[in-house]
Amino acid sequence: MMEKMFEVQDPVNHDTQTLQVNIGPQHPSTHGVFRMNVVLDGETVVSLKPVMGYLHRNHEQIAENISYTASMPYTDRLDYFNSMSNNFAWALAVEKLANLDVPERAQYIRVIMAELTRLVNHVSVIGFLLNDLGAFFTPVLYAFREREKILDIFEEVSGARMMCNFLRFGGIKRDLPAGTLERIKEVIQNFPKFLDEFETLLTKNEILCMRCQNVGVLPAELAVNASITGPMLRASGVNYDVRKADKYSIYDRFDFKIPLGQTGDVYDRYYCRVLEMRESLKILQQALRDIPVTGEIISKKMAPFVKAPRNFKPPVGEAYGRVEAPKGELGFYVVSDGTPQPWRYHVRAPSLINLTILEDLCIGHKVADAIVILGSIDIVLGEVDH
Amino acid sequence: MNLQEIQSKIEAALPGIRLKPVRESLLIEDAAMLPKVAAFLKNDPVLALDYLSSVTGADYLKYLESVYHLYSVEKKTGPVVLRVRVTRDSPRIPSLVPIYRGAEFQEREAFDMYGLYFENHPDLRRIFMWEGFEGFPMRKDYEQEDSEILETADIEWLDRHGAKVPEGMRKKAADLKAQGKRAVAEKTGKSIE
Repeated sequence: MMEKMFEVQDPVNHDTQTLQVNIGPQHPSTHGVFRMNVVLDGETVVSLKPVMGYLHRNHEQIAENISYTASMPYTDRLDYFNSMSNNFAWALAVEKLANLDVPERAQYIRVIMAELTRLVNHVSVIGFLLNDLGAFFTPVLYAFREREKILDIFEEVSGARMMCNFLRFGGIKRDLPAGTLERIKEVIQNFPKFLDEFETLLTKNEILCMRCQNVGVLPAELAVNASITGPMLRASGVNYDVRKADKYSIYDRFDFKIPLGQTGDVYDRYYCRVLEMRESLKILQQALRDIPVTGEIISKKMAPFVKAPRNFKPPVGEAYGRVEAPKGELGFYVVSDGTPQPWRYHVRAPSLINLTILEDLCIGHKVADAIVILGSIDIVLGEVDH
Repeated sequence: MNLQEIQSKIEAALPGIRLKPVRESLLIEDAAMLPKVAAFLKNDPVLALDYLSSVTGADYLKYLESVYHLYSVEKKTGPVVLRVRVTRDSPRIPSLVPIYRGAEFQEREAFDMYGLYFENHPDLRRIFMWEGFEGFPMRKDYEQEDSEILETADIEWLDRHGAKVPEGMRKKAADLKAQGKRAVAEKTGKSIE
C-alpha cells in the first residue's frame, strides 16, 4: 500500500503535479458569490474556469411577466452599485421602442445622475482593487467616505441610497428638491481634492506599480473580438465609448475626452478609471451650468401612465437600447407584442461578458495576480448572474 | 449604409443566400450560413463590424430564434441586427465563437435558457443553472409552478402540521385535482411574427 502511494509516476519528466483549487464561491476577493476553478502548477495558473449562477434569479423571466415600469426597480438590482445607469439603459430601450421624447430638464438630470454613478462606481472599484492587492480597507474607506456623499444626494432625489428606481420612460420620477443642485456642486467642487489625495497615495505607489504593471495584459485586438467594453476596453487603447459612438441622450452637448491606456494591464485599468472620473467631473460641471431652471420632467405622452403604469402598452416591435454604464456597455433588448408585458427582455450585462477573457489574462500568472486581475475587471455578481 | 444596401451587399458576396428583412434586421433563412455572413460583415472594409455586442435567444412558440447585434468599433457605426430561426425539434445553430470570442458566454446563456445548441462552441455547458437541471426555463412552454396556489399534497402537509387552511384554498386545490391539473403559473402575452 505504502509503495503504491509513493510510486513515481514519470521517472524521466520531473514535472510537479498540478493542483485544482476552488477560489470561492465564499471568498472575499471574488466580490460576491463567484467561483474560479483554478488549476495550479506550483503557484502558476494553468487553467481557470469561472463558475457563476449562484445569484441567478432569472431576472429576464421576472421581467417578462410584469409590466414595463415594474421592471425598473428590478434593474436597480442588476448592478447594485449603479442603479441609476441601469435605469437609464432600460428607459432608453423602452423609449426607442415606444418612440418617446424626453424633456430637456429630465435629460440633464439623467446625465447628472449617470455621471455621479460613474464616480461612485469607479471610486469604489479602485478601493476594492487595492483591497485585493492587500492594502486592507484603508483605500476602500477613503473611497467610501466620498461615495457616501454622493449616495446622500441619491437619497435626497430618489429616496434611496442604492436602489434608486428614479428614471421613468420619457423622463424621471420626480423633480429635484430645492437646493440639491447646490449640494451636487459642492460635492463636485470637493471631489478633485479627494482625487488628488487618492492619487498621491496610489498612482506612483511602488507596491501598486509593481503588482499591477504588466499583469493581465489584454491586447486591443482580443479585447474587441471578445466584446470587452468599458474602462477595460479603453485601457487596452481602443477608443470606443458608447457616449461618443451613439451620442445618446444629450451627450453630444458636452465636451469631454476618452482616456485611453497603452498596455492594457491592470495598472492601465486603474489609471483609466481615475482619468474617467476627472472627465465625468467635467461633464457634471457643464451639465450643472446648462441645466434649465424649471421645466417638464416627464414626456406628455407618458403622463397618463404615471398613475396607471400597467396601461402602458408599447407598439409591436423591438428595440435595443444601450448606455455606457461604469462597467461597460449595458444593453437592453426588448420585444413588445402589444400587451402590457414585454414578450422578450434581455440584459446585455457588461460584467458577465467582460469575464470571457478572464482565463486568457490569468494563465501564466501567479494565483495572487489572478485575484488582482479579477478585481481590475470590475464585476458585480448581481449583474453577472442576472 | 442602410439595411437594404447591406442586404444587397451580402447577397452579392455570398450567392445563393436567402435573406429576409424582419423589423429592421436581416433574417438568415438558412441557419448554417450564419458564420459566413458574420465573417463577411466582420472582414468587409466598409462595414467592419468587428464587435458583437449582444447574442440572445427568443421563443416565438412556432420557432426559436437567435438574435445578434453587431457594431463597428473602428467606424463607430451600428447596429446591424442578424437573426436566425430554428425549429423547436432541432434547435441547432452554428456557433460564432470562432469569429467573435465575445459570443462564448452569451451563447452558453442562450443554451442554458432556451436550449439552443450552438455547434462548434468550444465549451457548451449550462452557465447559470446547475448541471443536471432539466428543461430550459426561458422557453414559453416551460412549466413553472404558481407559488400562490396550493395543491392537495400541500394542504395534506399543512393539515398534518396543524396549520389552518382557508376553505377557498381547499376548494381550489380539490378542483385542480379533479381536473387532473397542477398549479402552474399562467404565461401572459401573445406571440408575434
